[in-house]
Amino acid sequence: MLVFIIRRLLQSLLALAVMSLLVFVGVYLIGDPVAILASPDATEVDREQIARALGLDRPLWEQYAVFVGEALRGNFGKSFVFGQPAMGLIFERMGATVELALVATVVSILVGLPLGIYAGLRPDGIAGRSIMAGSILGFSLPTFWVGLMLIMIFAVQLGLLPASGRGQVGSFLGLHSSLFTLNGIVHLILPATTLALVRAATTIRLARAGVREVLHMDYVKFARAKGLPERRVIGVHVLKNIMIPIVTVTGLEIGSVIAFAVVTETIYAWPGMGKLLIDSIVNLDRPVVVAYLIVVLFILVMLNLIVDILYSVLDPRVRLGEQKG
Amino acid sequence: MQFKRARIAALMAGAMMAASPVLAEEIRVGLSAEPSALDPYYHNLGPNNQMAQHFFDALIGQDDELRLVPGLATAWKPISDTVWEFKLRPNVKFHDGTPFSAEDVVFSINRVPKVPNTPSPFTIFTRPVKSIKVIDPLTIHIETNNPYPLLPNDMSRIMIMSAKAAAGAAPEGKTTEQLSKGEGLVGTGPFKFVEWVRGDRLVVARNDAYWGGKTPWTKVTFRPLSNNAARVAALLSGGVDVIENPPTTDLKKLRENPNVTITQAISNRVIYIHLDSFRDPTPGIPDAQKNPLKDQRVREALSVAINRDAIANRIMEGLGIPAADFLVYPMFGTRKDTPPIQFNPERARKLLADAGYPNGFSVTLGAPNDRYINDADVAQAVAAMWTRIGVKTQVEAVTRTVFFKNRDEFKYSAYLAGWGAGTGEMSDPLRALVATPNRDKGFGGTNKGRYSNAKVDALLEEALKTVDEKKREKLLQDAAAEAMRDVGLIPIHFEVSPWAAKKGLKYKARADQYTLAHNVVKDAKN
Repeated sequence: MLVFIIRRLLQSLLALAVMSLLVFVGVYLIGDPVAILASPDATEVDREQIARALGLDRPLWEQYAVFVGEALRGNFGKSFVFGQPAMGLIFERMGATVELALVATVVSILVGLPLGIYAGLRPDGIAGRSIMAGSILGFSLPTFWVGLMLIMIFAVQLGLLPASGRGQVGSFLGLHSSLFTLNGIVHLILPATTLALVRAATTIRLARAGVREVLHMDYVKFARAKGLPERRVIGVHVLKNIMIPIVTVTGLEIGSVIAFAVVTETIYAWPGMGKLLIDSIVNLDRPVVVAYLIVVLFILVMLNLIVDILYSVLDPRVRLGEQKG
Repeated sequence: MQFKRARIAALMAGAMMAASPVLAEEIRVGLSAEPSALDPYYHNLGPNNQMAQHFFDALIGQDDELRLVPGLATAWKPISDTVWEFKLRPNVKFHDGTPFSAEDVVFSINRVPKVPNTPSPFTIFTRPVKSIKVIDPLTIHIETNNPYPLLPNDMSRIMIMSAKAAAGAAPEGKTTEQLSKGEGLVGTGPFKFVEWVRGDRLVVARNDAYWGGKTPWTKVTFRPLSNNAARVAALLSGGVDVIENPPTTDLKKLRENPNVTITQAISNRVIYIHLDSFRDPTPGIPDAQKNPLKDQRVREALSVAINRDAIANRIMEGLGIPAADFLVYPMFGTRKDTPPIQFNPERARKLLADAGYPNGFSVTLGAPNDRYINDADVAQAVAAMWTRIGVKTQVEAVTRTVFFKNRDEFKYSAYLAGWGAGTGEMSDPLRALVATPNRDKGFGGTNKGRYSNAKVDALLEEALKTVDEKKREKLLQDAAAEAMRDVGLIPIHFEVSPWAAKKGLKYKARADQYTLAHNVVKDAKN
């Protein structure tokens, strides 16, 4: 187990190094940050001064070497645009994104699981078929389109919900979240729904497939033969057994929801780190882009690690030491 | 069914009221970009500068047409070729109640170069200053290194901070980070800082003691809504009261919407095409032995081949005014009698034939696709018009970061770009766009076609050291006329910037494209 964890961590360090190099070269190829940052009035002399202040006057390999040296000491550089430590900017915004991602995940399970089970129990009924058709829509409709449609219907036409922003943030037990105020919850509904749609479709599919498989198992037949009420058969015996793949997939997806809620955050002007990433890419703010991807990589690696470890706990047949990657 | 609908309506009304307990005197403004910091000397950029105008005043202000008007200085005049006298406004108080005096001006101008790591420093405005002398608490003398007529324009860019409130341990006093948190963010402006949650909202409250008269708004919330559709949706759903830059695609619908008031102003931004007038041959024109763009007749042919009215009306949806100069009349240095450039494809073909290109040539036109209003569409239209006179044009429209990189590396033989003259007068675009590039003089910084005309250079240089207003205006007019005659660049149109407000409000549109809360007024018509 320990060997596995160490090997996994070393691999992620390698991934980190490769990624940071790619981002460095990528941003360098896209454009010159000074051309974007400097006021158009700036003269040649001003531009050189800015480049020097930001360390952009040195050759690329030297900039990268400086970055690696500083990063090893825990300093990921200052944002070109904001002049503040890049990591600090990301952590400032992380709360909003994590909140949105968690709410969206919970919503997707609350919606997807019952619908999926129902569709699994009555695969040939009209409702069951409609649910499956709906889940295809959930998969295939682009997030930005869904988001804009929801805004058009619920904010612009009906005026029921706010179109954008995070609303009031309350604090409870030292935690800051918009879940603690009514105004905050109202603001969360549309973005969380948008983000939850694709996950809910996934959950529906997983739950349906699971139910279809489990229903034919001997223990379900036996439970029925024993005369257990249908509610108990499904609520306990079926549900327990279909949860393993759902938990695994959901766990892994939380990471990607946190990392790439970018589109949803942009449409709803949600002050999370996804919006920061987009702004930073547009402004060629390399330190923030690099720091962001480091954070994301870290989250994904950790979630994978936890899922793998949980697997070995849940299923003794899995031996971590023998796994590759 | 009917009953249900009524209930939903009641719920809606309830929800809206719960969501926004709006006092009559509170407004919310949707911005397309957020400032990067609140330190007024950190980043010389539109979103930052417009926000600074809420908290601070400069010695000299700019009215909605960018004419200089008294700010914290009531009068200014040159007392010799290199010394300017500024008379300061008496009885002005900072937000914290301390009186404004000459010491604050000295502190502010001295702080500008001390702010570290700035991505776009304000030193371009303070560099000409040699020394500042306090004559008495309400009089200062600013001495410049050379005769420098633009000092008043430059002083309109430097916001005046409180020497007392912005003092601190760092060399620059309060640091950029502290100021962004509101510490020491004390000015004389119409609004005081309340809070800033990055990415979400920036809240300001009215300064009741403002010397320029109170605005009607006791509280203003700015919300960054960078996505165009989201910004419009926020306005239509009542989430904000005023938005800047409503997208052209939605403009027609918004104009027809009785609940929305659109206002617009011609901006100080000209959209133009720059041509490579330096290299021979030039890389973007592969089928000509020489660079045809070095011939004035070819440049003029390309200019008269453009149907500017069609572009302004159809592609810009009215958000463009056909241009024949660098700036729109009556800004300083423009000519009242500038004739419009007539669309004349026959003449264009004749000019090409005279220059030895009866069959035209092919050229690649570079353009950004996310920087100016409908930039890539305008480039496509120009390409079609050029192709019609035999100049087979291919458009290469890319994202702005790539575009600026290519432009600065001289990858384009022709490119479409825009220039906003921050000072609102002619020497600014002349110096940046058509003066022969010269590092030491700071000329031609954005002249990436490397156009060069000795006559323009001489007139401009003369103007830049002529303190006499009348003489300087004449010199600038002549320089602009010469550059236009020689087609140093091809002007297409002046951008018109629109604002949208909900019914009952109106935005007093500004030429510098700034969105200022104190320019939001109640609409008398309602």
